[in-house]
Amino acid sequence: MLAETDAPVLSLRGIVKTFPGVRALDGVRLDLYPGQVTALIGENGAGKSTIVKTLTGIYQPDEGQIIVDGVETRFPTAQAAGDAGVTAIHQETVLFDEMTVAENIFIGHAPRGRFGLIDRAEMTRRARDILTSIGADLNPSVKLLDLGIASKHLVAIARALSIDARVVIMDEPTAALSHKEIAELYELVEKLKRQGKAILFISHKFDEIFRIADRWTVFRDGQFVGEGVMAGTREAELVRLMVGRNVDQIYPKRPARIGKPALTVAGYCHPTEFDGISFTLHEGEILGFYGLVGAGRSEVMQALFGITQPSKGAVRIGEDVRVIRSTAQAVRAGIVYVPEDRGRQGAVKGLPIFQNVTLPSLKDTSRNGFLRLAEEFALTRTYTQRLDLRAASLDQDVALLSGGNQQKVVIAKWLATRPRVIILDEPTKGIDIGSKAAVHDFMSELAAEGLAVIMVSSEIPEILGMSDRVIVMREGRIAAEFEGDEMTPENLVRAAVGIEGEAA
Amino acid sequence: MSDTTPDRTTRHIPDRLQSPLSRALKSWEMLLLIVAVGIFILNALASPYFLDPWNLSDATFNFTEKAMIAFAMALLIISGEIDLSVGAIIALCSTAIGLAMTAGAQAPVLVLVGLGTGLACGAFNGVLVARFGLPSIVVTIGTMSLFRGISYIVLGDSAFTGYPAGFAWFGQGYVWWVITVELVIFALAALIFWLVLHRSNFGRMVYAIGNNATAARFSGIRVERVKFILFLLTGLMSGIAAICLTSRLGSTRPSIAAGFELEVVTIVVLGGVSILGGSGSIPGVVIAALVMGLVTFGLGLMNVPGIVMSIIMGLLLIGVIALPRLWTMLRRR
Repeated sequence: MLAETDAPVLSLRGIVKTFPGVRALDGVRLDLYPGQVTALIGENGAGKSTIVKTLTGIYQPDEGQIIVDGVETRFPTAQAAGDAGVTAIHQETVLFDEMTVAENIFIGHAPRGRFGLIDRAEMTRRARDILTSIGADLNPSVKLLDLGIASKHLVAIARALSIDARVVIMDEPTAALSHKEIAELYELVEKLKRQGKAILFISHKFDEIFRIADRWTVFRDGQFVGEGVMAGTREAELVRLMVGRNVDQIYPKRPARIGKPALTVAGYCHPTEFDGISFTLHEGEILGFYGLVGAGRSEVMQALFGITQPSKGAVRIGEDVRVIRSTAQAVRAGIVYVPEDRGRQGAVKGLPIFQNVTLPSLKDTSRNGFLRLAEEFALTRTYTQRLDLRAASLDQDVALLSGGNQQKVVIAKWLATRPRVIILDEPTKGIDIGSKAAVHDFMSELAAEGLAVIMVSSEIPEILGMSDRVIVMREGRIAAEFEGDEMTPENLVRAAVGIEGEAA
Repeated sequence: MSDTTPDRTTRHIPDRLQSPLSRALKSWEMLLLIVAVGIFILNALASPYFLDPWNLSDATFNFTEKAMIAFAMALLIISGEIDLSVGAIIALCSTAIGLAMTAGAQAPVLVLVGLGTGLACGAFNGVLVARFGLPSIVVTIGTMSLFRGISYIVLGDSAFTGYPAGFAWFGQGYVWWVITVELVIFALAALIFWLVLHRSNFGRMVYAIGNNATAARFSGIRVERVKFILFLLTGLMSGIAAICLTSRLGSTRPSIAAGFELEVVTIVVLGGVSILGGSGSIPGVVIAALVMGLVTFGLGLMNVPGIVMSIIMGLLLIGVIALPRLWTMLRRR
């Protein structure tokens, strides 16, 4: 069935893409064959999204070649990629809610009638044809906002077909679908294969990849690490390629003296995001939370911090049972949260450093509700110095600081409240190496002082290097918990992607 | 510099690089103050009647009532919200005062009715915005029609007149020599709002919410509660303004204080409050109110008709806002 001699429709060779401080793609290659599904596999941050954006003309590679039908070409715009027959169905495909199904399918290339006006009748007719061909029972005249996610996916696929695409990129297409809808998607992929389309299928789920892909390519840290045909490949091999880096970075983890339970979570549930979350965190412990993007880790943490409310479940802090309905209550109970989205949720840009730091501690620095600036500067100085903040003055707008230093301001803000539990969500994501080390160093210091620390991270070396214990989440549930020698990269990835049994 | 062992003891970050005084000298408020003094001098040169103390005292009525509301509105706009129903709140408060007066109430009760109606209106706006998360611009455009509509239903073509003598004190009384009661209320309000915005925890929270409401919530601030209080304050100040205005006019018509909301917002924006929220100051609003008052009074002395006056006010607003931007554009050339 697999004709090895087939020439690829599209090939990438030696693609390099750098962003300030990061080499997102470092000389990667990728081949897509007609009538075959190629699975692109890699951890978070391996460069999968960057490659999709390169293929669809959103990013321009710094180096390397894009070869279509053996001819080197460029995709300077998204339009150019579309003209070359490349189309993508994203995790959150850009569609227009206020427009009809037919308009969405034909946006940008609608059939024209007299005077160059859009021929609505023709558009609706062709939309219906395409929808029928993929077995989608949708009315082309319905507005998109009346459709569910699965139907929107079908519209996105119909759009891909309407431009006569030869390469279809599916970026985690099943992330938001139910089992039945996933089965229908598989059928559709088979249909596309029969039509001779080359499909790039990006997914974290191994069962899907083995079910649907013909070939695989693995990226790790922006580099190409291997490719092959699916037949005869074992899961273990792919896992090893995915994580196979050396965990050789030095983490300043200090031996922890694990104390009494600081936080006990029992049966936390949320209608859509997570289910049945129970765990205990101890004083002096660093508890790692690993999982794939979208596994529900941040959602659990934000519920613990009072941003969202759980539908069920209880929290005990020390000895007391607490109900946390707002961030103010969480802070009072001694739980604080350093968010992943620093720009939007972390620092208040526009306010100076000292005002950011004292924001949750104003009760302590003020007298009778009136500010005392000297106290504020003193408190800020204490904590920013411990974190080795680099800034021109404490009166400087946080927006002018680097990402790493903004993160230090956010951490200082919480430490100044003298919390019992600190939750750090991807604490070192996107910050420079120097600040990263400072944050790690400080984290161990805090744990050694008896603070209970939760660290959500998608970086395996960081998780393994810093945690005393690791909880792995998958699809909103706790999938596994590892301690001591069980904490291996293979075990974490297995639990995160959902491979049962078969020892590494 | 790239020393790998961070030197924690010697690195010292200063509290401030710029002293508060030098910052104040380069501020928007300073520019406004210069504009205000300029207009004052122009007026004095243009009309011989301008410098008369009693004339100046009368002139303060051009801004006192609006400025009282402008202080609360400034806080609201800094927090990222707005209240366009303030003129309508005045109408409703004034109507309520009129109803109480017809029922035979005396001045103290009339004041309480005015304050209470203002607070109720503010609470209504506040619940819709803070509790239900509706956009304040839409909510208050709605309540603008709602509140004034109730006044029209109550009054129709008629008016309440014949307020008790004791009630006249608020809008017509003098505390000492040419200093009116309204001017004193204005000054007290300025002082209180200055303390609240610039010297209290609450004011700090207002700035934090205006700069980034999400991050403020993630910092443990009860964003909804702060916003609700701000709407209450705006309602309360509108109630006080309604007492002063009703007392000064001695009558209530449903069209009372029509168009107030835009003049209040003009004062706030002229005072240097960012319409996008996050920055601004009470001194700026005070000076902006003086500028408004001076311009209206000066033009009035020169017999400039009202329509032309509003054109000049509009141009002044655009001019003062555009000035700093033009300045930087010219310097960059």
